[in-house]
Parts: sequence; structure tokens; C-alpha cells
Amino acid sequence: MTEFGLRLAISLTQIAAVMGIVVITVLLLTLAERKVLGWMQDRMGPMEVGPYGILQPFADAIKLFFKEDIIPAGANKFLFTMAPILCLVPAFIGFAVIPWGPNQTFEVGGVTVRPFIISDINIGILYILAFASLGAYGIILGGWASNSKYSLLGGLRSAAQIISYELNVGLSIVGVLILGGSLSLVSITDAQAGGFWHWYLFALPAPQIFAFVIYVISAVAETNRVPFDLPEAESELVAGFFTEYSGLRFAFFFLAEYANMVLVSCVAAALFLGGWNAPYPGTIMGFIGLPSLAWVENTMWFAVKTYSLLFLFFWLRATLPRLRYDQLMRFGWKVLLPIALGNIVVTAIAVFIYQQMK
Amino acid sequence: MSQLFFGYFAGMIAITAILVVVFRNPVYSALSLLVMFFHVAGLFITLHAEFLAAVQIIVYAGAILVLYLFVVMILNVTQDDHYHSQWRIAGVVCIPLFIEFMLLLSGGAGALNTGSPSLQSGPHEAITANNTLAIGKTLFSTYLFPFEVASLVLLVAMIGAIVIAKRDIGEHDA
Repeated sequence: MTEFGLRLAISLTQIAAVMGIVVITVLLLTLAERKVLGWMQDRMGPMEVGPYGILQPFADAIKLFFKEDIIPAGANKFLFTMAPILCLVPAFIGFAVIPWGPNQTFEVGGVTVRPFIISDINIGILYILAFASLGAYGIILGGWASNSKYSLLGGLRSAAQIISYELNVGLSIVGVLILGGSLSLVSITDAQAGGFWHWYLFALPAPQIFAFVIYVISAVAETNRVPFDLPEAESELVAGFFTEYSGLRFAFFFLAEYANMVLVSCVAAALFLGGWNAPYPGTIMGFIGLPSLAWVENTMWFAVKTYSLLFLFFWLRATLPRLRYDQLMRFGWKVLLPIALGNIVVTAIAVFIYQQMK
Repeated sequence: MSQLFFGYFAGMIAITAILVVVFRNPVYSALSLLVMFFHVAGLFITLHAEFLAAVQIIVYAGAILVLYLFVVMILNVTQDDHYHSQWRIAGVVCIPLFIEFMLLLSGGAGALNTGSPSLQSGPHEAITANNTLAIGKTLFSTYLFPFEVASLVLLVAMIGAIVIAKRDIGEHDA
């Protein structure tokens, strides 16, 4: 029983640490987004709270926390309360299978601990896809329960969009799964060690460049970000599915959106960009004779890849105008889907020929 | 421990399945169906069929049920009492079901004793082998023909749905 208790304590510590990192990242992102957008539009961004506005996220959080919590008349109270939670939980639960660093172990009181991996289940990527698809419920129910036309239309749009683009996310990943021969994110990442030419983005026999582009586009659409932010199109739907939400519940939706951004960036980094592997063989720490500190370098590489992808999200927002609804659907079904299917066929044939040659 | 989990999942499946029919509000029905899908996935996990559990959630909870909700919300059928109070049909359907249930209960004790050795060996194999790999190999070797037939049937259904949906547009154009 003590061993069980110890395992539980270790797991809970890992979960708390990952949650902490994700929440801090989200706080950073809210500031970074405004700053980056500001710089790209030749403005300063927030400057009032703290030096260079770095305390702005805390001011925002405190403001949202103390705002009055309004439930509109005629709203379905139960679902109105549930929706933000239904949105937030799937966004956070996916982080459980992300490998944050090297697959190393150490012992604590007879229990083997893998510090950078909360859980290595053999269907890791399916687990993430399964819970990502549940995020739609929070949005669609939030829209419906608000008893407002704008919210309902936003929720319905969002559901259609998430279903359409989820398919492309799933299909673009299949190429990587064929190359990796596993559904576990840990083994997929391990298989990409030894330099950037081993990353599945560039790896022989079938570089997944097209799949990566499709994944990134679909991920932007799935997280309802510009240029695919039709569910919350301000000019048409006020604020879409969270028009009626205020205070802490609004903050939950906000948190879920940003946590989803972090999650899809982490998945993209792990699947296509080698995860925590450095773009050169081995590690610098190992080269200069400090292999015990190699994990610092590896986790930093993972952070660099994830943050670069998150920067891409901001960049797109500053660059592109919003798509029209029919354009969105046509692009998803008639452009991205055939390319993703073609990529699967080409990858499968290439891997088959490669294995025959060996 | 596994008995406990099975009891929880099975009980929740039974309760939520009943709630799906009992709720008057179709959105609540859809939600209890969602909870039921989750517990079915939980049952798959206790059987070490993780792949099936994930597919269960992705396909049923992630896609099909969202479409149900979609239809329910667009049609706004909350006020529709047309399909309530169908006690007579329910009674007619219940009689054969009840007889089947009784037959299963009376005959189940004998079948359980003969069937248990093969049942017990099943999960242990699944633990050691890669579950997804096993399903893939079985589908594409032993059951290749039924698999292809099923996909063809689905393709035909899909094309049929598109044809039906598009017929309106064609008539307006002409």
C-alpha cells in the first residue's frame, strides 16, 4: 500500500507540475499575443501594468475573477454552468501523454519514476484526438444554453468547423504513425533522435512536409483561431458562443482556447519536429561531459519548438483576414482532405518499398 | 478491484441508457448518451482494449453525437410532444425483450461454467500483445473480406446521402 501511495504522490506531483507549467504558459501567451500583435502593427502593446506591461496577465486574471457572474434570463442554468468546464477539461487532459523530455528513469524508494512522462499509454495520440473532439461539446452546449441567437449560431458554426477539421488533423497524423509504427507519443519521439534529418518532417523515405502544413492549418482551425475564428466572429456574432458569459466562466473558455493552442503545438512538436530531440545528434551537454544535465537541453528544445509554433499562431492572426464560412468548408473538404489522403497513400507505398529494399 | 470497476461501469451504462429515454429534453438525452459512451469506453479499458475505447470516444462521442446535438438544436424539438406517451408500443416491444432476458438468466448459469476458461485466457493475451497491432492484423488478414464489404456498404451509404442532399439544389438550378 505504501508503494501505491508513493506512486500516487509522484503522479500527482507530475500532474501538478505540468498543470502549473501550462497555466503559466497561458498567462505568458495572453501577454505575448498582445505584445507581438502590437509590434507587428507598429504599436507598443500593453504598457501600463508593471514595467513594459509584464504584469498585465495578472491584472486581467484578477479583473475576471472579481467580475459579477451573470446567468442570462431563460438560460439553461445547469448546462450554462457545465459548458465552460466541459470545454476546459478536455483541453488540459491531453497533456497527460505528452513527453516533455528524455525517456530517462530514476528510483525513489523502490519506485521507478520517469520524470518527463506522466503516462506512456500505447494509444497516446488517439487519446489526445479523442479528448480534443470532446472540446466541441463545451462550445456547442455553451452556445445552446445561453438562450441567445448569437451564441447558438456561434456554437453550431464551431461544431461544424471542429468536426470538419478534426478529420484533417487525424488524417495528417497517419503518415507519421506509418513511419513511427506506433501510437505512443513516447516511442514516436524516441524514433526521431539523432539530428533534424531524422525528424518526421524531413525523414526518409517519406518527408511529412505536406502533412505538417495540413496539421498546422487544421490545428489553427480546430482551436478557433484567426483566420478560422468564425465561431466568434465579432462583426457578425458579437462574440459567438461565449457572448453571454462573463467573469470566471468567460475566463474558463479563454483558458481552454489557449490551453488547446499549447496542446496542438506540443503535439506538432512531438510528432513532426522530433519532440525533445535536439536538431543535431546527441546533446551539447553530453559532448562537454555533463550527460546528467542533458535533460535541461532536451526540455529546452521542446519548449523552443512549442513556442515557435505558438508564435506562428500570433503571426497568422496579425497577417490574415477571416475566411468566409463557405470558403472554410470548401477549403477543408476539397483542398486539405484530398492532400491528406494522398499523403497517406504516398507514405504507405514509400515505406513499403523502403522495407522491401532493406 | 476489476469487479468493482465493472460494477460501476455496467451500472452507469444501465442508468444513463434509461435516462436517454426518460428525459423529456432531447439535449439532456444526448448528454446522458455521451456519459454512457464514456462508460462503455471504460469497460473496454478494463478489458485492455484501449484502441476500441479510443475509437469508441472518437467516433461515437466525438462525431456522431455532435451531429445529433446539431440536428436537435437546429430543429429545436424541445416542445415536440409528438413522440411522448407511446406506452402501447413500448409495452408490445417489452414483452419479447422480457422473455429473452428471462431465458438468458435461466440458461446463463450453465453457459458461464463451460465458457469461462476461454474467456479468461482472452484478456491475458491482450495485455502482452500490442492491442492496436492485433486488431489491425486480424482485420486485414482473417476478416479482410467482411472488412472490405463493410467499407463498401458505408461508401454506398455516403454517396447515397450526398445524392439525396444534393437533389434539391439540382432542381432549383434547373
